[in-house]
Amino acid sequence: MNHLLVAPIVLPMFTAALLLVLHRAPAIFARSVSATATLGLLSASIGILAQVESGTQLVYQVGNWPAPFGIVLVADRLSALLLLLTGLLAPAVLLYAAQGWDARVRYFHPLFLFQLMGLNGAFLAGDLFNLFVFFEILLIASYCLALQGLLQERLRATLHYAAINIAASSLFLIAVSLLYGITGTLNMAHLAERVAQVRTEDVALVRAAGLLLLGVFSVKAALFPLYFWLPALYSNAPAPVAALFSMMTKVGVYAIIRITTLIYGAEAGVLMELTSPWLLPIALITLALGALSAFSAGRLATMTAYLTIASVGTILTAVAIGGAAAFSAGLYYLAHSTIVIALLFLVGDLIGRGRGDIHDQIHPGPQIRRAAGLGLAFLFAGATVAGVPPLSGFLGKIMLLHSTEGSLAVVLVWTVILATSLLMLAGCARAGSIVLWNVTDPLPSDPAHAPRAGEWVALAALGAYSLLLVLFAAPITRYTDETAAQLLSPSSYIATVLGDEEREGLVRPHRAGGSR
Amino acid sequence: MELMVAIGLGVVTACGLYLVLRGRTFPLVLGLSLISYAVNLFILAMGRLVPGASPIIRQEAAGYADPIPQALVLTAIVISFGMTGFLLALAVRMRHQTGSDHVDGVEPKPVGGPAGQS
Repeated sequence: MNHLLVAPIVLPMFTAALLLVLHRAPAIFARSVSATATLGLLSASIGILAQVESGTQLVYQVGNWPAPFGIVLVADRLSALLLLLTGLLAPAVLLYAAQGWDARVRYFHPLFLFQLMGLNGAFLAGDLFNLFVFFEILLIASYCLALQGLLQERLRATLHYAAINIAASSLFLIAVSLLYGITGTLNMAHLAERVAQVRTEDVALVRAAGLLLLGVFSVKAALFPLYFWLPALYSNAPAPVAALFSMMTKVGVYAIIRITTLIYGAEAGVLMELTSPWLLPIALITLALGALSAFSAGRLATMTAYLTIASVGTILTAVAIGGAAAFSAGLYYLAHSTIVIALLFLVGDLIGRGRGDIHDQIHPGPQIRRAAGLGLAFLFAGATVAGVPPLSGFLGKIMLLHSTEGSLAVVLVWTVILATSLLMLAGCARAGSIVLWNVTDPLPSDPAHAPRAGEWVALAALGAYSLLLVLFAAPITRYTDETAAQLLSPSSYIATVLGDEEREGLVRPHRAGGSR
Repeated sequence: MELMVAIGLGVVTACGLYLVLRGRTFPLVLGLSLISYAVNLFILAMGRLVPGASPIIRQEAAGYADPIPQALVLTAIVISFGMTGFLLALAVRMRHQTGSDHVDGVEPKPVGGPAGQS
């Protein structure tokens, strides 16, 4: 059995626990331990990616219990891609936070690592209940991270966020237990088999459970009408935390992709493509509203928060179109948008710090120092997020537009994507020109507010990731193409997880209707 | 028994939903707790209601209750307990800081009629 697969969960868990115990140790200790752990996570995710790249799935049976009975962790190409993305984002965000901000905040490093543990666990979980548990781990860590400093706005945003997520978790549990009550299993591969054989009188219930799951994951991913918690939370959270949160909405996206392709995917019989009539309109509305709100935002952080919503809309448009080409485009866009939105949060924070009381409000104010460097970084991030050629956003969108060929919604998708790209470009241009050019005399120089070397390096790293997505577009799209192909034929996932040859005679035929 | 449990769950959920929609922090916490109680019972019911049967293997047992929902409920209880504790601490802190127990931190302006008094 391959023990590498537990590393992305166990490593941050133990490091975080260690840092909690030793929280009085000097800041340099916490920083180095936490940096070592994130770099360890990065190498573990590269190791996992290298093993699943060929198309096999890695299965880790916790406690060596065979699949439908025990808990399994599964890594396929999709999980490995998201693990790697988290692994790449984390060191950059940590470097930015470690320039002094983390020392003023209690328990930043343990919370940061617990959040990474929740993210990684959600990507690896092989059954719905553990997906729920890892969701809760990443949520509780995110509540505490978003609260840092206990400012009134943060308290309010976090209370709303916590309340809606606790309600969503209740719905998640209802959906999960409903599926268990009908099919008698929680393992996603096993569910995929059982859902296909469900009796006609139970079809409505399985359908209800599937749509409940879609609703719950829409809360996590921030889809229209359930995204109202996001702008307040992300725009008021500290910048490094907001940058890390750019990965959090992607967990919801991941879960939607997983259930639509695996449980309600190609092999689900009458329940096939349950969510697709809902997903396309919702995703397009999310994209349109996100771009419109980003255009009219009053602060750089609010603008970035709405751009997060727009990016989720774009990815799920791809998922809703379906087919290998669209999935591949969606996954490429997912990688691009996570990185560039994190970059935009950090740049906005650095610009805001140099502007005194008006901070990052999109309003004429004092000239910032180092305007050339920060302005270029903002220009790069804004152009990438809007999709100006030849940057990564452009490639993602062009792939997505290509993939609509032959689908019924081609006119609608093209119109919305092109119009929102124009809106995003105009929004970023407006924000940038007001903040950087419409300026009064600079404030007296304050070294406490100047960008530090480590912060420049963090920005450069995120910018470099985005450029690498363009430079290595061919191998990356080949990988996402293969990922899409793997997602669309779930039979090998199911066979690998359940270990077909071993379980002959182990599993008795399922008696629907329970134990009586 | 199924009908009784189902009606009970419905009533508890409805009460919880009413409290959540009140817009005050303490009713919000109570409402979310009520909803999570209902959800926990729902999980248990999804393993089918089997009175008097044991969930572990015994030689003389005639039938079994499904043990998995019981294990799930245990996890769900622990998680919802932790979340409720966190939310309660957050609500108390917010009440101190803003002087209001409204979820927005400010008292809503009365708009006339009984709706404004909630």
